[in-house]
Amino acid sequence: MSLIIDSIAKRFARFPALNGVSLTAPQGAFVALVGPSGSGKTTLLRILGGLEQADSGSVRFADVNWLVMPARARKAGFVFQQYALFRHMTVADNIAFGLKVRPRRERPSRAEIRERVVRLLALVKLEGLGARYPSQLSGGQRQRVALARALAIEPRILLLDEPFGALDAKVRKELRVWLRHIHDQAGVTSIFVTHDQEEAFAVADLVAVMKDGRIEQYGSPMDVRREPKTPFVREFLSP
Amino acid sequence: MKTFSTPTDDPLWLRFCLSGLAIGFVVLFLVLPLAVVFQEALAQGFGAAWTAIADPDSLAAVRLSLTAAAIAVPLNTVFGIAAAWAVAKFGFPGKTVLVTLIDLPFAVSPVVSGLIYVLLFGMQGWFGPWLAGHDIHVLFALPGIVLVTIFVTFPFVARELIPLMTDQGPDEEEAAISLGASGLATFLKVTLPNIKWGLLYAVLLCNARALGEFGAVSVVSGHIRGQTNTMPLHVELLYNNYDYVGAFAVAMLLALLALVTLALKSLLEWRYAGELAASRRH
Repeated sequence: MSLIIDSIAKRFARFPALNGVSLTAPQGAFVALVGPSGSGKTTLLRILGGLEQADSGSVRFADVNWLVMPARARKAGFVFQQYALFRHMTVADNIAFGLKVRPRRERPSRAEIRERVVRLLALVKLEGLGARYPSQLSGGQRQRVALARALAIEPRILLLDEPFGALDAKVRKELRVWLRHIHDQAGVTSIFVTHDQEEAFAVADLVAVMKDGRIEQYGSPMDVRREPKTPFVREFLSP
Repeated sequence: MKTFSTPTDDPLWLRFCLSGLAIGFVVLFLVLPLAVVFQEALAQGFGAAWTAIADPDSLAAVRLSLTAAAIAVPLNTVFGIAAAWAVAKFGFPGKTVLVTLIDLPFAVSPVVSGLIYVLLFGMQGWFGPWLAGHDIHVLFALPGIVLVTIFVTFPFVARELIPLMTDQGPDEEEAAISLGASGLATFLKVTLPNIKWGLLYAVLLCNARALGEFGAVSVVSGHIRGQTNTMPLHVELLYNNYDYVGAFAVAMLLALLALVTLALKSLLEWRYAGELAASRRH
């Protein structure tokens, strides 16, 4: 059930976003894509989530051709930087959304959905806030709701696009520890995009440093830190 | 030197002058004419006004206006949502051209809009001879009136929704799809609830304009009394025949429809104030 990304390329109208990116992640790994803005990390994540089409290259996940699957069939839990919560729905309805839209024969019963929402609210430490609207929550709380919503569909892979980018430093630190904990509990593969190298190296099993649509170096945080392969990586890692 | 408690605290005389100016303007240009319509209509009592409205030709005009609006408004709602969706959520070549075209009916004089349809469907027009050969009546009949009404009121829904949907961005739709929702479910459960207030407002405005449109309809209707006269045309006809009570009675009915529309909108805004605020802030 490993993730194999092979020579993905993507051009936007004016500039190339990805120039042949390849990367392999074992099942259950927590991979961070890190790099300056414009390095292509978000584009790669959106391609994995089916929100963007690759021009060429292939992705295999759990031994299926991942890119031919429509986004809605991938069961990829996507977490957005700006939360993208449904503003007209309560927290509980947000979390239940992915279950309620399933075709009837795969849809859990109402009682089951309610029970699962309660369990997820407890997991993200928001017990009792199910009846609130997103506008009544803090940024950190909203992102936890977004994560609970993504986890509700029992994703095979979690795709996190700068999930803590809009939060202050203290909340970021708390949440990333907690996110790693959730990742380990859920047993999913996670791809985590960030521009903050400190954050990436603190939580991830594997780090891919990206620049100009290429992966400069890919390896465990310790290896990358000990032996930066290119001047860019060395520069990027120096505080 | 005089100091103010806050920088936005203007002197009293200025506030009085400005609000006086605004209220005076509204009264002079909006309230007064409306009041005159009601006064003239009821000049000879309720009975006379009622008789004028109950006249078969007046009733036919009311029926025709309502029919035209009942066809044009739902169609423009669908077209408007589709256009706004395309413009707000996707990038495609020719997008700015489309946005400009949507504004066309606002920019073009209604009379010209009507003439366009005469050129298309008239006996000397492009489709005229073919339509006549198949005994299909577009001009001087309901289809023509509906077509120009659609044309004239097209921008209302799209104009209202494009900024709203652009502002909301594609994030929530993307989230819905990644959670496994189909395109239809995404539209019904995410997009539509997010735009419903703007949409309602646009539909009410569109409806008011559809009922009130004069110029374009005047060109294509043929003014056949009791058959192709809409309410505004009937008002003109009665007025030109020196039937002032009749003209103002029908005008009053039109004004009442507009007032009901406004009241409905205010009522809904008041009733759902909380939900409205929640959907705006995020």
